[in-house]
Amino acid sequence: MTDKATEMSDQAVGRSRRLHTAFAALGMLPVLILLAAGFQFMNPRFLTETNLLIVTQQSSINIVLAAGMTFVILTGGIDLSVGSILAASAMVAVMVSLVPEWGMLGVPAAILVGLGFGVINGLLVAYIRLPPFIVTLGSLTAVRGVARLLGQDTTVFNSDLPFDFIGNGSLFGIPWLVIIALSVVVLSWLVLKRTVLGTWIYAVGGNAEAARLTGIKVPLVLLFVYGVSGLLAGLGGAMSAARLYAANGLQLGQSYELDAIAAVILGGTSFVGGVGSIWGTLIGGLIIAVLSNGLILAGVSDIWQYIIKGLVIIVAVALDRYRLQAGART
Amino acid sequence: MTAAARIETARQPVLEMRHISKTFGPIRALQDVSLTVHAGELHALMGENGAGKSTLMKVLSGAYRPDTGGEILIDGIPAATGDPIKARANGIAVIYQELSLAPNLTVAQNIFLGNEPRRFGIVDRDQCNRRAKEIIARLGVSFSARASVSSLSLGERQLVEIARALSTSARIIVMDEPTTSLTSRETDRLFEVIATLKSQGIAIIYISHRMEEVYQLADRVSVLRDSGYVGTLDRADLNASRLVSMMVGRDLSAFYKKDHRPPDEKRAIALSVRSMSDGNLLKDCSFDLHKGEVLALAGLVGSGRTELARLIFGADRHTSGTLELNGKSVSIGSPREALDAGIAYLTEDRKELGLFLDMSISDNISMGVLAKDARGGGFRDFAAAEKRAAKSVSDLSIRTRSVQANAGSLSGGNQQKVLLARLLETEPQVLILDEPTRGVDVGAKSEIYRLIDDLAKKGIAILMISSELPEVIGVADRVLVMRDGTISGEVTASEGQPLSQEAIMELATGAAKG
Repeated sequence: MTDKATEMSDQAVGRSRRLHTAFAALGMLPVLILLAAGFQFMNPRFLTETNLLIVTQQSSINIVLAAGMTFVILTGGIDLSVGSILAASAMVAVMVSLVPEWGMLGVPAAILVGLGFGVINGLLVAYIRLPPFIVTLGSLTAVRGVARLLGQDTTVFNSDLPFDFIGNGSLFGIPWLVIIALSVVVLSWLVLKRTVLGTWIYAVGGNAEAARLTGIKVPLVLLFVYGVSGLLAGLGGAMSAARLYAANGLQLGQSYELDAIAAVILGGTSFVGGVGSIWGTLIGGLIIAVLSNGLILAGVSDIWQYIIKGLVIIVAVALDRYRLQAGART
Repeated sequence: MTAAARIETARQPVLEMRHISKTFGPIRALQDVSLTVHAGELHALMGENGAGKSTLMKVLSGAYRPDTGGEILIDGIPAATGDPIKARANGIAVIYQELSLAPNLTVAQNIFLGNEPRRFGIVDRDQCNRRAKEIIARLGVSFSARASVSSLSLGERQLVEIARALSTSARIIVMDEPTTSLTSRETDRLFEVIATLKSQGIAIIYISHRMEEVYQLADRVSVLRDSGYVGTLDRADLNASRLVSMMVGRDLSAFYKKDHRPPDEKRAIALSVRSMSDGNLLKDCSFDLHKGEVLALAGLVGSGRTELARLIFGADRHTSGTLELNGKSVSIGSPREALDAGIAYLTEDRKELGLFLDMSISDNISMGVLAKDARGGGFRDFAAAEKRAAKSVSDLSIRTRSVQANAGSLSGGNQQKVLLARLLETEPQVLILDEPTRGVDVGAKSEIYRLIDDLAKKGIAILMISSELPEVIGVADRVLVMRDGTISGEVTASEGQPLSQEAIMELATGAAKG
C-alpha cells in the first residue's frame, strides 16, 4: 500500500472511530430525553419542579456509588461490595451521631469505614492478585455481616441527627444530596481526565501489561480505584443515614451495587475497561432514576418495574457489545 | 498383479503437492511450492521462521485452500483441498507444537475423541480401550490406555497425539517441531516410534530447525525460503553448509543503513549482564553491550531471546545473575526501576503488550513520563504532552492527521514508531528492541533502521532481537546467538569480512558440532 492510501484508510478508520466515541459519550443522553418526554406524555406531573427534584434526589446516592464504580470498571474490575459497605457505613454514621457533642463526626467516620473496606478490597485485588469479582463477592457477604453485627442486628435511630441537613436540607433550593452527587461527579471528572493518575487508570484498563511495561505501578492504581469506590460507598452511607435518621444493617443498600453497575454500563463505560466517562455514568444514573420514578407515576406495578429495569440493563450490555464490535480493532 | 505393475505402485508417491501458492490479500505466503513424499519416508522441511513451512502444512491439512492452479495428489489421485475433514479422511494428520489433548480424559478417550467407536449409539468403552491398546502396542510404548492424560509427561502426550493420528488410519503424519519441549530420553523414544511408523509404510513430514535431528532422521530434506521452494536434498547429499546457504541465501544489503562507527575495544561498556538465569529456560547468560553499539540477539523462536530481554528489563523475575550499568552494579526488580535506571524495552507484541489502542497518540507517547511532566497536585500538563507528541511526529515521521487520534487508528509501521517514541521520551541509555520491524511495511522498516543508526551515533547502546537474518547482518555491529536458553556464541565482523549468515545459522541450529 502506498503512503497516501495508508493515510486515507487511517483517516477513514479515524473517522469511524470518532463516530463511535461520540456515540459512546452521547449515546444515552437521547435515551434519557426520550424517556423523560415519554413519561411526561403519560403523566404531565412528571416534568414539574417538585418531581424533578425528587428524581435527582433519589438518584443522588446511586450516582455517588456509580462514580466509584466507574473508577473500578475503567480498570476492567468490578466492585460488588458497595451496597454492603454503604450499610456498614450508615450504621457507623448513626451510631457515632449518638455520641453527645461529637455527633457531626458521624460523616467522616462513615467515609473512613468505607475507605477501609475499599482498601481491603484493593489490597486483595492488587497485591494478592485475586479476581475482583471473587474478592468483592466475598466482601459483599462479609461486610453485610459486619453491618448487621454493628447494631446487634437491629435498626439504630437518631431522630435528632446532627447532620440531617445532608439528607433533607437544601442550599439555594437545591437539595444537599444533589449538590454532593454533582460535586462527586465533577471531582471524579477532574481526577480521571485532568490528573496523571486518571490517565494511568485508563491505561491500566486499556492494557494492564502494557501499563506495567511502561513503568506504571499497576497495583497502586488498583488500590486507589477500590479505595475510591469504598470511600464513596461510605459517603453514600452517610447520605443514606442522613436521609432516613436511621440505619439497618440487614436491609439498607441491598442490591445497590447492581444499580450502580447498571448506571456505569448504561453510561457507555466498557465492561473490559479503558473506555468510558463519568458524564456517561451521570446520565446512566439519571436514566435509572427516571425509569423508577416515571414507572411509578405511570402506575406500573412494582413487579413490572423490576422486569422493565432488568431488560434495560440487558439492552445496555447489548449496546456495549455492539459498540465493542463496531469499534473492533484488527 | 504383474511385477512391473508392482514396481510402478511402489514408485507412486503417497503425496504430491504441485504448484501450491497462497496469497492473503497483498501478501504472498507461498509461491509455487511443490513437494513429493513417498510412503515410509521421513521428509524434513526446513527454512527460516516465516519461510512458509507452516502455511504449506496448513494447505496440506485443509486449513487453507491453495490458490487456483495448485493441486494435492494422494496416491496419484487429485484430492479435495481446503477441507480439513476430507484431508483427514485421506490419511493426513498433523501433530501440532501445542498439543490439543483433553487432560482430564483417559488416553483411550483422547485417542478416539470425536471419533468414538459406538454400539447402539452409545460409546463402546470396551472397544475403545481395546483398540487404543492395540494402537499403543503398535507404537511400542508402555503406558496404559486407561491412564489419565494429565498423569503423562509431555513426551508421552505427544505419543498419544500420534496414536490418535494412527486411529484415523493416517498415512501421512506431519510433525511440527516435535522435540522442542521434550527431554533427550523422550526424544530418543520419539525417534524409535518414528522408525516404527516408517517401517509400517507411513510417510512423515518433519519440520525442524535442529540440524542434528535432520541428519539423524531425514531421508530427504526440502528447503523453503521467502515463501518459495528452494530445493530438495537426498540423504547422501546432506551437508551443513549447503543446507544453511539454501536457507538464508538472499541479499538485501542496500536496504540497510550503517553509518555509525562500530565500537572498538576501548569504547565504554554500557550494560554488562552476568550469569542471568530465570530458573526455567534461561541458563547463565552473560554478555557486554558497549555505548553506541548495535548488538543483535539472534536465534530461533523459543531460544530465549525475548525471555532474556524481559529479565534485563525487570518484566520477569530472574533467579540469579547481576547487571551493571556504566560500571555500576544495579538491581532491577520492575520495569519502573529499569526505566529509572535508563533501560527501555520495545516489546515484540505492540498490540498486546505495548500500545493503548483506545488512547490518543499523544497520551501513548507521553505515558512513560507523565509523572515527570506533571504540574502541582498531580495534574496533567497537556501542553507538554502535546509538545512531545508533535516533536516525535516530526522526528520519526509518524503519519497521522492529529496527535489526538487513537493509536489504534494508525497503520502497523506508525504504531511501531509511536511505541518507539514513547521509549525515547524516557531518554534511555540502553535500548532493547524486540523484533523492531515485525509487521511493519518496507518503507517504515528502512526508517526504523535509520533511527537505530542515528541512536547508535548518539551513543545509545542498542540490543536488537531479530529473527530476520538479513536485518541482523545489515544493522548490527556484532551478533550474539542464543540456543536453548543459553548464549551459544558470538559472531563478529572482521576486516573486510561482513557478518556471516551461515555462522549465525550454525550457532542457532547447533549445526556446528562442539
